[in-house]
Amino acid sequence: MTRHDAPPPTRGCRDAPVLKQRGQHEVFCGLTGIIWLHRKMQDAFFLVVGSRTCAHLLQSAAGVMIFAEPRFGTAILEETDLAGLKDAQEELEREVERLLARRPDIRQLFLVGSCPSEVIKLDLARAAERLTLRHAPKVRVLNYSGSGIETTFTEGEDACLASMVPALPKTDERQLMLVGALPDVVEDQALDLLAQMGIDKVSVLPARHADDPVAVGPNTVFALTQPFLGGTHAALERRGARHVPAPLPFGEEGTTAWLAALAQEFGVERARFDAVTDAPRARARRAVKQAAETLAGKTVFFFPDSQLEIPLARFLTRECGMQALEVGTPYLHKAILGPDLDLLAEGPQIAEGQDVDLQLERCRAARPDLTVCGLGLANPLEAEGLTTKWAIELVFTPVHFYEQAGDLAGLFSRPLRRRAALHLEAAE
Amino acid sequence: MKLTLWTYEGPPHVGAMRVATAMTGLHYVLHAPQGDTYADLLFTMIERRNHRPPVTYTTFQARDLGSDTANLFKTACQNAYERFKPEAMIVGASCTAELIQDDPGGMAETMGLPVPVIALELPSYQRKENFGADETFFQITRALAKPVEKTAHVSCNLIGPTALGFRHRDDITELTGMLADMGIAVNVCAPYGASPSDIARLGAAHFNVLMYPETGEAACRWMERELELPFTKTVPIGVGATRDFMAEVASLTGLTPQIDESRLRLPWYSASVDSTYLTGKRVFLFGDGTHVAAAARIARDEMGFEVVGMGCYNREMARPIRKLAKEYGVEALITDDYLEVEAAIEALAPEMILGTQMERMIGKRLNIPCAVISAPVHVQDYPARYSPQMGIEGANVIFDTWVHPLVMGLEEHLLHMFRDDFEFNDAAGASHHGGHHSTPASETKQPETADAATTGTVIWLDEAERELKKIPFFVRGKARRNTETFAANQGVHEIGIDTLYEAKAHYAR
Repeated sequence: MTRHDAPPPTRGCRDAPVLKQRGQHEVFCGLTGIIWLHRKMQDAFFLVVGSRTCAHLLQSAAGVMIFAEPRFGTAILEETDLAGLKDAQEELEREVERLLARRPDIRQLFLVGSCPSEVIKLDLARAAERLTLRHAPKVRVLNYSGSGIETTFTEGEDACLASMVPALPKTDERQLMLVGALPDVVEDQALDLLAQMGIDKVSVLPARHADDPVAVGPNTVFALTQPFLGGTHAALERRGARHVPAPLPFGEEGTTAWLAALAQEFGVERARFDAVTDAPRARARRAVKQAAETLAGKTVFFFPDSQLEIPLARFLTRECGMQALEVGTPYLHKAILGPDLDLLAEGPQIAEGQDVDLQLERCRAARPDLTVCGLGLANPLEAEGLTTKWAIELVFTPVHFYEQAGDLAGLFSRPLRRRAALHLEAAE
Repeated sequence: MKLTLWTYEGPPHVGAMRVATAMTGLHYVLHAPQGDTYADLLFTMIERRNHRPPVTYTTFQARDLGSDTANLFKTACQNAYERFKPEAMIVGASCTAELIQDDPGGMAETMGLPVPVIALELPSYQRKENFGADETFFQITRALAKPVEKTAHVSCNLIGPTALGFRHRDDITELTGMLADMGIAVNVCAPYGASPSDIARLGAAHFNVLMYPETGEAACRWMERELELPFTKTVPIGVGATRDFMAEVASLTGLTPQIDESRLRLPWYSASVDSTYLTGKRVFLFGDGTHVAAAARIARDEMGFEVVGMGCYNREMARPIRKLAKEYGVEALITDDYLEVEAAIEALAPEMILGTQMERMIGKRLNIPCAVISAPVHVQDYPARYSPQMGIEGANVIFDTWVHPLVMGLEEHLLHMFRDDFEFNDAAGASHHGGHHSTPASETKQPETADAATTGTVIWLDEAERELKKIPFFVRGKARRNTETFAANQGVHEIGIDTLYEAKAHYAR
């Protein structure tokens, strides 16, 4: 194998001081995770127990998808539920009965806690237990919280997957588990690469169907495909599984390092590794190179959103030649992101949490060439003359592994190319 | 608890945001958990605003629950004042903060901020977005509007337009122009574009134009009582309503009504022979009460449609819509459950739906043409081009908007009719390619047949089913329903071609 990578930086960001601020957070709550999770788990239904605000959030975030008979909904708390005039547990059970009668195809039901249900301390765990007993074996009912007071955006997926771990059957088999919901096409590519290397005892969490065999035990090792899975990481370790630390599979370098960590774990010979990865690596490098022409030398500023920020900053700085000014993340799990932090050269301000007005001041002062932020900030910043890339797209779009590396870089280069292409001043 | 998927309205604090975002010089401090900022993107994305909504969220988290949330609120309030230096502030709680009972109003009062701080009580578990907007604007008006000297010339206020309103931006422009033609100036337009100091001089106007009852009625009633400002009761959407509105304005002011109708095209377009096929088109109306009421009159009196059903999702307008429905001889549907709306549409099988974003999707599913007449709407209904609903140009816009899906429906039907034509069908391929690579793909629509066979207790015989398919798709649903009703009434259990045509004769108008 010929190495094209830049050597790792002499000083990475693992021990860089982290700016921790609190104040107004301009982020989504964990409920939004439902929007991509329900696409992945094809026989699951996500029932939020919450307020009209929760329903409105899902509707706003789901856009047009809401009309396609999606498998999620909200049991809206009404005044009588709060005043204790009705037994909330009974109310919930009645709504679930109606739902399951209407949707007999549902095999897994998630009761998803929200801020209102957490504040009134509605015991959804007990409800899930009772409902599981009643509907077993056909439907399994689980619960987790996607509330804003506890979870930020992608942490909703973490809470969901972590709720599934204790219920997984036990196995002593030596196996690999991939953890994180990926678009099917990406998941298939990952499984194919692993199989070519001879690693074929692989299961995926979350599985596409309730019946797909997923088990866990002391001889299970797991690899994360997403950075925001701290809770699931802990839950799997409690079941005796062991994490294989690696940079996350973004870009050619990230994917190779991620695969290499697993190759080493499973004793794959170097020659075989190279034989499997050389061609897709070259393809990925070629694809990234095109977009990198626009990106090289440009500065980038990340507002916190999904916890993908650090591995993406690593990809953009090392493979696309960008310079990171500030990398904001809602939470920083060093156990998971350590390898990525090692590769991110010292320099950018790492920020955890947010006080959005102060961060906006820093952003305006820095005048980055590209700002990665949420939809509430994107147009206002564009109007101020900054170029933005809205972050949510990075969660919905296939961006992991080799074949998507070029698309990933393209997501960042497109707004810059567009700004260069538009000549609107004369028209005003 | 109620299982909900689609909601026509957001929670009431979103209504308060619509007022705050519409105004200038006002800041909203919302006691809310992390995540409620999602509502910002309704304004920055759907309405494409170029600034953040003037809202500060306290963003409390689980670890703050307890006494800390009160301090968080005070800090957020203080910081927001210092950063934005607004002329006035509104404070309130979102649904979660309502449960922890921190009393934002009381806390803000003790802080002694040097600007008016208006407390909002918005019951999130009983009321919704429109109430939130109406109540917020009422509280702002009550707190800030004072009796002031009237303007020398006749002037009025435009009341009710907000951020995220359906065509509010252009309705303001249209009305302002029409009133100017009559010599009436606009004193203040509020909340859209108004600052707290503008609110203070609302009383200088001679009367109020209540543009949207959903979001301005409470304030108008208060101003009528306290500032002696009468307000208009007619909403000028449609030709007739616009004329009535101008007559109402004339009677309020003593001026002669004047409308420049030189650019009004709806009446002639509707009278032209090309529109004859619109006669008796069966339409179903759904949306907010105001737009539905206006659309009903246009549909029947100006387009020549037959209104076969109407309803609204905002229960504040239930009474007027029920009354109106009775006048039209139809059943009013007051619901915020889209499944009920879908069921009603399916049962009535109209040829056209006039509704919201949601009805558009129902229409797509049921293959019924649809035009959007009311919020909630999506980004495409905040157009760049001038497209009011009110006044003269509004009538022109409405004619085009409503007719387009029908013309397209007709085109589609013609394509359908000729699809078995030897040189014009799917299998033939594009003509300029010579059609050499065509593959026979003549799959008949099996599901429809299977569906039909199981409807009700009557059975469709194959030949009748085939005959039914020859009927234009946009009346097919009605024909199927009529035939089945007819058969059931006659005690017939199998529908053949004869039954089909006997039913047709029976129902012939």
